Amino acid sequence: METAFEALIAFFLIVSGVFGFVGSYGLLKLKDSMSRLHAPTKATTLGVGGVLLASIFHSIAIEHHLSLHELLITLFLFLTAPVTAHFIAKAHIHMSETPETLPGAEQDGIWATHDVPGDDETEGDKDSNA
Amino acid sequence: MITYAIYFTFSCFGAGLLMNLYKIATAKGVGDRVLALDTMVINAIALMILYGLALGTEVFFEAAMIIAMLGFVSTVAYARFLLRGNIIE
Repeated sequence: METAFEALIAFFLIVSGVFGFVGSYGLLKLKDSMSRLHAPTKATTLGVGGVLLASIFHSIAIEHHLSLHELLITLFLFLTAPVTAHFIAKAHIHMSETPETLPGAEQDGIWATHDVPGDDETEGDKDSNA
Repeated sequence: MITYAIYFTFSCFGAGLLMNLYKIATAKGVGDRVLALDTMVINAIALMILYGLALGTEVFFEAAMIIAMLGFVSTVAYARFLLRGNIIE
């Protein structure tokens, strides 16, 4: 039983190590900023989640007491990673993209983050604001 | 078995931290630097929990929690500053 738990912990650790490495490598490897956003926010968060799972199993199987406060960190990271990704993407869109360089927004005409009334940046289509 | 797995994961996250540092030094835009800093924070959390796992103590969880919160707040503050020019309006 102990060996099975050790194998499970080792499996989680190795998987999370690979995910963390891939996330950080993707930051160097991918071509443009918007695709670079994917690697750290998804892969690295999964990597940390794996380490935390391994830690929970370690405390149950090896140290023989239940500790669940790792779940707090997992929950916090899984909640905040999309928020930080969204903020960084928004900063990127406003700093180094214009409505012309972005892909088209179909029937809306302009992406919502550029659609600010009274701002200089909204010189695209205005037919959709009623 | 766990010992070797811990060594492997330590080296993975350590290499990731070095790559993030390289990215911070060579990135073209400010947004990429903020992203690399955010990834560094996440890797640091993973390293800290791994260290606690290797030593068998629980004192590092509180530190990891605090680093997670501060990392989130600082990334949001950086992004706000890039967008608006100030943080609290």
